[in-house]
Amino acid sequence: MLTTRPFGPYVAPAMAEPLFTPEEQKKFDADIADLLSRYPEDRKSAAMLPALRLLQEMKGWLPPEGMKLVASRLGATPERAYEVASFYVMYHLKKPGKYVVDVCTNLSCSLWGAEKMLAYLEQKLGLKAGEANERFTLRETECLASCGTAPCLQINEDHHESLTRAKVDEIFDKLP
Amino acid sequence: MAATAFEPIISSAWGKPNSWTMEEYRRRGGYKALEKALEMQPPQIIDLVKKSNLRGRGGAGFPTGLKWSFVPKDSPKPKYLAVNGDESEPGTFKDRYILEDDPHMMLEGIAIAAYALGVHTCYVYLRGEFKFPAERANAAIKEAYAAGIFGKKVMGKDFALDCYLVRGAGAYICGEETALLESLEGKKGWPRLKPPFPAVVGLFGCPTVVNNVETLANVPHIINRGVEWYAGLGTDKSGGTRLVCLSGTVNRPGVYEVSMDTTLSQLIFDDKYGRGMPAGRKVKAVIPGGSSAPVLGADELDVAMEFEAMKVKQTMAGSGGVIVMDDSTCMVRSLWRVARFYAEESCGQCTPCREGTPWQTRLLRKIEEGRGEPEDLELLSKVASSIAPYPPIGLGNTICALGDAAALPTHSFLMRFRDEFEAHIREKRCPFGDKPWGAYGDWS
Ligand SMILES: Cc1cc2nc3c(=O)[nH]c(=O)nc-3n(C[C@H](O)[C@H](O)[C@H](O)COP(=O)(O)O)c2cc1C
Ligand code: SF4
Ligand code: FES
Repeated sequence: MLTTRPFGPYVAPAMAEPLFTPEEQKKFDADIADLLSRYPEDRKSAAMLPALRLLQEMKGWLPPEGMKLVASRLGATPERAYEVASFYVMYHLKKPGKYVVDVCTNLSCSLWGAEKMLAYLEQKLGLKAGEANERFTLRETECLASCGTAPCLQINEDHHESLTRAKVDEIFDKLP
Repeated sequence: MAATAFEPIISSAWGKPNSWTMEEYRRRGGYKALEKALEMQPPQIIDLVKKSNLRGRGGAGFPTGLKWSFVPKDSPKPKYLAVNGDESEPGTFKDRYILEDDPHMMLEGIAIAAYALGVHTCYVYLRGEFKFPAERANAAIKEAYAAGIFGKKVMGKDFALDCYLVRGAGAYICGEETALLESLEGKKGWPRLKPPFPAVVGLFGCPTVVNNVETLANVPHIINRGVEWYAGLGTDKSGGTRLVCLSGTVNRPGVYEVSMDTTLSQLIFDDKYGRGMPAGRKVKAVIPGGSSAPVLGADELDVAMEFEAMKVKQTMAGSGGVIVMDDSTCMVRSLWRVARFYAEESCGQCTPCREGTPWQTRLLRKIEEGRGEPEDLELLSKVASSIAPYPPIGLGNTICALGDAAALPTHSFLMRFRDEFEAHIREKRCPFGDKPWGAYGDWS
């Protein structure tokens, strides 16, 4: 059922549920306070990157109302939070799959078969690089500082290197 | 050439049990240098670092002592130290091992540098993807606070120092020092126009020294073993040892600590290091200092991996990332991948870089896919020149050196492997077919 009429005044849809549970809110408040203690009093907005990271660690992505909250705690506008969030590739502006898989295909890794590994993963996960489903987000990424132990990938920031087909199978088949 | 016998100083504890703990670091004599430094006058320390010929390991090879001496002494503003652990230059993977296996060596360097510079707050900026290195570094910082290395009184002396770790969020450009400062200020990583340089106007508008992780890990050794010894390890203009990262088609990739006069061919072929090429293959091309450094051909490998020697070859020792490509690797495909990286990572502030990097990528893709036309090579070279002409290095038309970094590979690949580009256009296909990635490119 429509909650807003096409030409009527805009009615913001009621938020389905609050952003945080009371316990989560407590953790968020304490962690933000700790972050802010690391910067000069008049430079609160310097904590933007770590504060967005905190939000993402708690929610799995950056919901708009979360970014608004972060901005208000840092004395910044929501636009500033969004500007930062959209600049850096590790922030998720949309809810990603349960596992975010980042495969490096930069030069040193490609010289050790990274493109072939990515093709294998695309087939295994049934996704093209850049696509996502509930369980996986599959992305091609840039050098992860594992060029000497190529090829490599990260699953939700956990690092895996010197990958063979057998190792890839083992890692992915074991994911809960 | 070196007056001091070579020994590894930065990597000596890597791989040993608990090498990352305070206890082990102290057992190896750790934090003795800080104790010694705190007995000296700050200008004396800066002088020692100058005389040591320590040069920045982040890419530019700038003399560290000189950089420190640019910080104004009489400024009423607070001063900052920002440690560059962004380590995102393709082919570079050394700082992560310092962070993982010997973080206290870097922390001791930080404390000495901070005391010498009159800095009371240090931020260690690590690339966002460094989860495990950040865990190790954070644990070490915690230990250092508990042991009174950081805090209100550093080793009991009337000198306060706080040290915080900050993680980035995935942006190569934040390794550029002014983008790093913007990011530390909680903004998107847009490089600033220089001058003013960070030493004068840096973080929060205050004097700031930006140094690489490896650079700072060298500092305790200078204080501990003396400036003659340290400078003697290196060449005339580059003191100490250096970490080089060997990757690509070579039998034993890895990080090796070498003396500054070690040549590329020694690194690739010596039993101590790379152990040569896979059976039946020869070197075709070597990128000597991270993907931004101009590529060298197989007949140019007798060059030392030191800043001045590389400059003579019109290339860079850079971040120490040495990438080897064998004679079955496609140069067009390789350059295309490198070009794509810079197009992806350009921050978009300057027109030549924003428009030029994707343009290069499109042209290279066209050539690799067999659709290239004879004029494309001239056009490619023109596009690269409009971002940054070459040679020499450093003529970029852009705010930061990412522009140069994007143009230099194009210029140098075209200079050295032009016939391969022409063959693609002539044959209207990639001569390497579906095997462009060399001897190890097939994955098993
Ligand atoms: C595009 C670009 C990326 C860079 N990335 C890094 C990096 O990841 N790590 C680093 O230490 N320096 C990097 N640098 C060099 C820094 O700007 C700076 O020169 C260095 O951190 C200074 O420290 P040093 O003097 O100890 O080398 C980069 C420079 C550019 C232009
Ligand atoms: S050269 Fe490229 S990365 Fe550097 S400031 Fe300009 S647009 Fe940004
Ligand atoms: S190229 Fe893949 S980790 Fe460096």
